[in-house]
Amino acid sequence: MTTALLKKTPLHDWHAEHQGRMVDFAGWSMPVQYASIVEEHVATRTAAGLFDISHMGRLRFDGPDAARFLDYLVTRRVDDMTAGKIRYALVTNRAGGVLDDVLVYSLTDANGPFHMMVVNASNCDKICDWIEQHVGGFDVRWQNQTMETSMIAVQGPRALEIARPLLEPDPASLRYFCGTVTNVAGQSSVVSRTGYTGEDGLELIVPNEIAVEVWSKLMASGSNHGLAAAGLGARDTLRLESGMPLYGHELTEQINPLEADLGFAVSLQDRDFIGRAALAAIKQTGTARTRVGLKLDGKRAPREHYAVLSDGEAVGEVTSGTFSPTLQYPVGMAYVKRALAEAGNRLEVDIRGKSFPATVVPLPFYKRP
Amino acid sequence: MKPEELKYAETHEWAHVAEENGETIATIGISAFAVEQLTDLVYMELPEVGRSVTAGEEFGEVESVKAVSPLYSPVTGEIVAVNSELPNNLESLSADAYAAWVLKVRVTDPSSLEKLMDYAAYQKQCAEEG
Repeated sequence: MTTALLKKTPLHDWHAEHQGRMVDFAGWSMPVQYASIVEEHVATRTAAGLFDISHMGRLRFDGPDAARFLDYLVTRRVDDMTAGKIRYALVTNRAGGVLDDVLVYSLTDANGPFHMMVVNASNCDKICDWIEQHVGGFDVRWQNQTMETSMIAVQGPRALEIARPLLEPDPASLRYFCGTVTNVAGQSSVVSRTGYTGEDGLELIVPNEIAVEVWSKLMASGSNHGLAAAGLGARDTLRLESGMPLYGHELTEQINPLEADLGFAVSLQDRDFIGRAALAAIKQTGTARTRVGLKLDGKRAPREHYAVLSDGEAVGEVTSGTFSPTLQYPVGMAYVKRALAEAGNRLEVDIRGKSFPATVVPLPFYKRP
Repeated sequence: MKPEELKYAETHEWAHVAEENGETIATIGISAFAVEQLTDLVYMELPEVGRSVTAGEEFGEVESVKAVSPLYSPVTGEIVAVNSELPNNLESLSADAYAAWVLKVRVTDPSSLEKLMDYAAYQKQCAEEG
């Protein structure tokens, strides 16, 4: 395998030593799975999964205008967040097309307040360029910390228990979508109650020097809690069951947040941001298509780019799908004509030339009990 | 079946070739390497008995949680049997890929066998891909 030119996380050797099947993901050599995607998926749903997500882009913003600048950059109000708050938002272009979906963090460390934005690996260079183009006129210092830090997610019903011995204060004191700067293995790190699996859990941003130590301590702490190292394959099936969009699939520059059914992350009132005018106009006229969940009978999964049909006529396209390990039936997300998007509506998916019945179902497919 | 005694296609199907009642019958399956690469199998589509296939032609599909993969016939001939139990017992492929046969093909063009690899050559290919 040609991995020589790929970026490696500090945990790369650990993955290779533990039978991680390494693949090129957005220019990074990342484990897609260690043994079985289904086993890693089930471990995360029933106990916990440990994910190396160091490929995600981590950008830090300091200076008096940091909050104001990020508020101008993303679709959701983020200039009113008190320290410790985190919000999901979108970066859109002037036409309202999605450049990325991100988390914006408001944090405080020894030097005072600062902000972070975590972006998709596949969009990191593009977003850095975008920031450079728009940061002029704002009193902001920003840096891309992706190569100096690592990011580890521990996700699942037992995640907090597993992480507790490593963390001060107790991670249970963090509410959902909150984060804090704290010492992990003696080094200043960011710990947040966030994730991309639909489970409770934490994401840790740590200096590279302690990444292997933190990972190993979590593995050891989780050994009698059913913790499994999990790759990008399980991360994908977990987020899919939870109805979460993945950039490059449900989100692209040709898709706007309103048709993606992410209106909750678009605040148009009393503020300006790049793409606001376009999105306000789109909101007025409505969108022709929308993102839906599809459930299929049988075993065959809908896959990206498969056509969605209604009475034999093309009415949309699948953006991602799989055989759901938790639900034990095939599920997928698709964009379809809005008139056909009502839950319970019967459609078809063209799977390699044959038409299979599909039912529109509400997202998420799976919600943790 | 012993993997050392089988022939292999580049596309990871194995063939066991034997003479039965004066005819050349190839029993075809999927290699253990391919099954391990696919993992988490959920579905398999098999062809009808009686269909003709040429070497390299797609005859079916196997679907895992992650992706759909076509299955290719390693030989040219007529399908004389399919293992219709297999799609309901896909775990038997992981248990022993060389016992879980997929098709039997009556070989009509013996030259199609010549392009297949022996075990050593196939092992080498797997080492390069793995």
